[in-house]
Amino acid sequence: MHPALSVILFTSASGGGYAMLALLGLFGASGVLAPDPLSGWIAFLWSLGMVTFGLVSSTLHLSHPERAWRAVSQWRTSWLSREGVLALFTFLPAGLYAIGWLFLGEIWRWAGALLSLSAIATICATAMIYASLKPIRAWNSLWTLPGYLAMGLASGALWFTLWAELMPAPQKPAYDFAAIGLLAAAFIKLFYWRLLDAGAHAATAESATGLGHLGKVRLLAAPHTEENYLLKEMGFRIARKHARKLRRIALLAGFLLPLAAVLAALATPHVGDLVLLVLAVVLNAIGTIAERWLFFAEAKHTVMLYYGAERA
Amino acid sequence: MTALPAHPSDRKLGLVIDLDICVGCHACAVSCKEWNTGGHMAPLTDYEAWGDSPSGVWFNRIHSFEAGEGANGRTVHFPKSCLHCEQPACVTVCPTGASFKRAEDGIVLVNEDLCIGCKLCSWACPYGAREFDEDVGVMKKCTLCIDRIYNDKLEEVDRVPACVATCPVGARHFGDLGDPNSEVSKLVQERAGYDLMPELGYKPVNKYLPPRTGRTHTGCTGAPATPLQESPAESTGNRLLRWLDQALSR
Amino acid sequence: MSQRRYIAEPQSPPKQRADEQAIDYAPIVHDQVATTTCYMCACRCGIKVHLQDGRIRYIEGNRDHPVNKGVLCAKGSAGIMTQYSPARLRKPLKRVGERGKAEFQEIEWDEALKIATEWLGKIRATDPRKLAFFTGRDQSQALTGWWAAQFGTPNYAAHGGFCSVNMAAAGLYTIGGSFWEFGEPDWERTRYFLMFGVAEDHGSNPIKIGLGQIKNRPPENRAKFVSINPVRTGYSAIADEWIGIAPGTDGLFVLAIVHELLKADRIDLDFLVRYTNAPWLVVDAPGTAGHGLFARDGAGNPLCVDNAGAIRSALEAGVTPRLVGEATLADGRKARPAFELMASRYLDESYAPEKVAEQCGIPAATIKRIAAELAEAAFDQAIEIPIGWTDWAGRHHDKVIGRPVSMHAMRGVSAHSNGFQTCRAIHLLQMLLGSIDCPGGFRYKPPFPKSAPPPAKPAAQVGPMHALHGLPLGFPQSPDDLLLDLDGAPHRIDKAFSWEAPLAVHGLMHMVIHNAWAGDPYPIDTLFLYMANMAWNSAMNAPDAMRMMTDTDERGEYRIPHIIYADAYFSEMVAFADLVFPDTTYLERWDCISLLDRPISDPDAAADAIRQPVIQPDRDVRPFQDVLLDLGARLKLPGMIDGHGKSLYPGGLKDYMVWHERRPGIGMLSGWRGLDEDKQGMGEPNRRQLERYVENGCFWRGEIPEKARFYRFANRDFFDWAIPRGFLDKPQQIVLQLYSEPLRKFQLAAEGHGTRQPPEHLRARVSQGFDPLPSWYPPFGATADNDGCVLHAITQRPMHMYHSWGSQNAWLRQIQARNPLFIARKLGERLGLADGDWAWIESPHGRVKAEIKLMEGVNQDTVWTWNAIGKRAGAWNLSPTAPEAAKGFLLNHVISELLPPRPDGHRYANIDPVTGQAAWYDLKVRLKKCAPAEYGETAPVFDALDTSLPKPGNALAYGAEFRAKRARQ
Repeated sequence: MHPALSVILFTSASGGGYAMLALLGLFGASGVLAPDPLSGWIAFLWSLGMVTFGLVSSTLHLSHPERAWRAVSQWRTSWLSREGVLALFTFLPAGLYAIGWLFLGEIWRWAGALLSLSAIATICATAMIYASLKPIRAWNSLWTLPGYLAMGLASGALWFTLWAELMPAPQKPAYDFAAIGLLAAAFIKLFYWRLLDAGAHAATAESATGLGHLGKVRLLAAPHTEENYLLKEMGFRIARKHARKLRRIALLAGFLLPLAAVLAALATPHVGDLVLLVLAVVLNAIGTIAERWLFFAEAKHTVMLYYGAERA
Repeated sequence: MTALPAHPSDRKLGLVIDLDICVGCHACAVSCKEWNTGGHMAPLTDYEAWGDSPSGVWFNRIHSFEAGEGANGRTVHFPKSCLHCEQPACVTVCPTGASFKRAEDGIVLVNEDLCIGCKLCSWACPYGAREFDEDVGVMKKCTLCIDRIYNDKLEEVDRVPACVATCPVGARHFGDLGDPNSEVSKLVQERAGYDLMPELGYKPVNKYLPPRTGRTHTGCTGAPATPLQESPAESTGNRLLRWLDQALSR
Repeated sequence: MSQRRYIAEPQSPPKQRADEQAIDYAPIVHDQVATTTCYMCACRCGIKVHLQDGRIRYIEGNRDHPVNKGVLCAKGSAGIMTQYSPARLRKPLKRVGERGKAEFQEIEWDEALKIATEWLGKIRATDPRKLAFFTGRDQSQALTGWWAAQFGTPNYAAHGGFCSVNMAAAGLYTIGGSFWEFGEPDWERTRYFLMFGVAEDHGSNPIKIGLGQIKNRPPENRAKFVSINPVRTGYSAIADEWIGIAPGTDGLFVLAIVHELLKADRIDLDFLVRYTNAPWLVVDAPGTAGHGLFARDGAGNPLCVDNAGAIRSALEAGVTPRLVGEATLADGRKARPAFELMASRYLDESYAPEKVAEQCGIPAATIKRIAAELAEAAFDQAIEIPIGWTDWAGRHHDKVIGRPVSMHAMRGVSAHSNGFQTCRAIHLLQMLLGSIDCPGGFRYKPPFPKSAPPPAKPAAQVGPMHALHGLPLGFPQSPDDLLLDLDGAPHRIDKAFSWEAPLAVHGLMHMVIHNAWAGDPYPIDTLFLYMANMAWNSAMNAPDAMRMMTDTDERGEYRIPHIIYADAYFSEMVAFADLVFPDTTYLERWDCISLLDRPISDPDAAADAIRQPVIQPDRDVRPFQDVLLDLGARLKLPGMIDGHGKSLYPGGLKDYMVWHERRPGIGMLSGWRGLDEDKQGMGEPNRRQLERYVENGCFWRGEIPEKARFYRFANRDFFDWAIPRGFLDKPQQIVLQLYSEPLRKFQLAAEGHGTRQPPEHLRARVSQGFDPLPSWYPPFGATADNDGCVLHAITQRPMHMYHSWGSQNAWLRQIQARNPLFIARKLGERLGLADGDWAWIESPHGRVKAEIKLMEGVNQDTVWTWNAIGKRAGAWNLSPTAPEAAKGFLLNHVISELLPPRPDGHRYANIDPVTGQAAWYDLKVRLKKCAPAEYGETAPVFDALDTSLPKPGNALAYGAEFRAKRARQ
């Protein structure tokens, strides 16, 4: 699949943003947060900023952003529509939660809980957009949803930890969430890749054409000698060597090094925690973008079976 | 509405494509292009039409495959357009309701006025039937020539999709695949017509008729021809003698 | 009848649902619809052009039209994009820079015509043959050939010389008709269809319709389709059996089948006795001038021996001739029936399947099986139809017997140096099976059959200011008919009808530029070309053709002093012209698809057609045919001016089509002639004729009565139908030429007999080529010293492209903008070549670089590519870096119009020795894998042309305006 920058940025930024919102909500709901206005402003600007940046970025992917509002209408069948609904709905508990915190000096635990649930649901909906696409084996797997959750949690919790480190907020549980998210993301991506490498789509050139009874099916001529929309959008190919390198970057930069930094910060309280956390956030961002790029680049679509691919 | 019709009618309009006789001439693809670029979803925009990387919107395309090895294989020309699936994920994933499947005849269409150009439907289609028009910024697709098949300004015989009307070998058939007694359904029955990628469960309406096989070593009757034999008596002597006593007059 | 199943089940449009987009189920499809004839290729299908506000909404096939019956191919539907091509020329051009650089000045028509009149006027007043007038894919040869004759130059031809003259000539000399335009398989009834070689490019819709019929036969009446072709694409892909023969060996394959049929005596002796010259006695007097000619009586009648042993005229009705056995003629000479010569030749074990199998690349068992299947279909599945008819001798028959075996061959067989004889061999096979003009067999299309060969002879120059006494092209029957000057030198610039190409009935366009450049046999003044891309894909060797057209003599003058070119589009050739006449597109002019030219008839009817202007030109262009008639009037050519020197056809071709009479009563169009508009073929000109054509969909079709539809070479009912229409001169049987006496006459000359004999260096070639019985010899180009080039290299034309024309078409070029070299997967493995690799294709004449594509369905020793996809950078107003220029290639770059030098230095032309057909399928090459740094771009590349035409934009949204208008309404 063609790795479109707008979608990569959207899923990376909003995934982290919603996860951070979820943690803000969760921590608030569990009553461990103090309604400090400054920290509140920073937390909301940060998380909602990321979310908004992601949403704006995703509408840039649209050819008719002026019609984007229509996308909330088909929630009964469409995960993309559900994502839109949930993404927008989340602003409601987030807004209420923020009003209480910032203007009334109260942490409304019910709003936090609602925010947390809504933000997690949004991430799930995003994941399901991909996980529900049968033509793309890489995505249509059990690992896509946990992957999105874990990666969102990894980024969001890192940001949350950095925030907690700077602000009067409980740090230890934040570190725990970050470590869990990073570890989970690393494991899930490893399983995801293993599954990706282990097989291929049930559909083959033979089943796509129905000509398997005649023997092995090979493309003699594509409909056009130059690339068409389908090839540009769904025919993206990445060399195995190149993919391996990027996977290492994603794994190391995205999860393992940040995890090490988090663990190091945990192990050595108050010694360069901030530096380690900033480093972790930056590395995680690089790794997440690399992973998200790979998420598209490595995903093969069954339509390519009609364009010379033997397996999808 | 991207929900599939709750009460679809029995009509399933679609195409039956005979891979045994398609010669891969691209007539259907170009005829489709020419009708539709001025038709219901007009235009079918082209990019770099005379430039370095020509491409454009096509609703129908011809692939050519070889199946099997060497002389024992077959070359199969393979036209492919929207299959108007009974379970079209391209419709259900649409967030805006632009994509829809018609209850009355099963045709899958796009309402361009609602389309935001997110391209998700093209990802959801395993067959590559969706065509993004960058210039207009909306998704387009085969309409089964909805502006021909019901068009009373055309002669009745012309009320078929453009690809069917033009096919020089007669490899394309149009009709109601929901009616077991229709000509197309009978054809599918007789010739063991099949679905593409049935394992995905999209239940395409369009059907493909497989290449006929097993005709290589037979004569025109379907049975092997009796080998030619020279009578043993003649084979020893002058072969010309056999024509000596012919008495045929002109 | 097309077998297409229309399965429309009309009903009223469904009701609109509230949540649905408003769907216009019944939009208007035109405000005007006009019929005309397609010209996106040479098939001449009937089309309906739907117009809205003067723009083309869409083009569809005309269901009533005899050629395409409503279907239309990819090219035809893409006609819109050719109509609006950015490569269209806009105004007459005069060269201002060096030739070949495409530096032109736009001039007015008047000036352009004045220049041409001045050049041509001088030529005509001195030596008319210094005008070489050659047209390419011209469909108005009835006009252009006549114009050349009126001008007085014999140097005229169209492109048949590098297309399929072998096929046409072999057919016309053997059966008085030929494949494609002069006949076709009886698709409806045939039970066995053999297709030889590449045939995708001609008669394409009729063949596709026919194949569809064959493939969809009901089980009790099924037919088999066998394709004999080195490549399994296109039609071959749907064959029931594909035989991947080695190129150039089809003749051997066919003669091995003949061997099998003779050995088993599975031949139609009745047919041979009645309709062919098989019983005719051939003089057996070795060393004498009569050896191998037919024994004749004093009246010139051929002789035979009847079953009582008497020598009688072989033309008598009712005679019962012997087919074998020596006879002694009245003058004491010995003679044998042609049948015996034929049978003893092919019964020889050298024609046994086992002997030819390896050369053909076909197992002997397969050849034997095909022979058996042919015999089974012809004899065991014979058809009888109760149609009463009267034969040439006036005898009534109450049925016709069909041998339902049919065949078709085109360029793949034709473009070899043994193609003429190979086509003869195919016709021999048809005769042995009795499957000519019978139900289920090959059937003629009127006005054919004609005598074999047709009577017209080629005409020579008479002198300054004189018209020819005939047409430039014709059918020589003996060396006496050759066009030789007093010193024996060729009379024509292309050496057609000389000893180099005695039966060059379509001329040798491919030799014109070389010969004009070399001044061999003489220099010319003006090369006048129409629609022939001689600087690119129509040249056998494009780089040399470009060099020759720009080469200068010691005085710095161009060796070819003037070049005039007429075309509608900026092809590669335009750059080499001194004067360019911009033509209209096919939708902007009148045209005439005449029975005097290349008929569009079908076996059951004579037919011709017209084109009418459907769109008004938006450029300063004129139809070439009008320009030609205008030039003719300015030059005061006979037949083009009246007694006062005024043009006879001021309205151009439109007038000529109606008023010109070739002979009294015979003109360009056959329909609605005569004062009462009721005459067919022959009758007074009718001023309302074109109106009648337009009313009838721009074509005319005159059905043949049922009794006159079979055995037309010997059917009096047919004679009675054809003679009043001017298709035949006399009610005389046309005897099929199993043994060809005209060929033997040329062979005798080569053996040293007669006053006109070939020069020494051509004797052996003529002797071999002019075998009176079908023969096979290895193609010359394939056996010349090939320096390790062992792979056959051939081209095919894709069904969706027509020569170079398709590349300017925004839709067609999306299908194909580059061409790879296809090779067998096994060959690729042997040579270390994989998909996407690049390789040099090397021949003794040069090398060209191409991307490799492996495939399964190709002869192991054959490589091939699509023809004429590669373009010169910038030509056709394409981007100079378009894939056509950067990645597409022409195989022509490694072909030469001459064979490599012999030890004595002589270079034979790379042609069939009989017809002069360009032998470009003889090519042999070797492959060398490119270094990775050489990947990605073809070579050779030539300087980019700048057409100076307006550059087209990026996005093309054709048709949006129709929708916008609907939305407004």
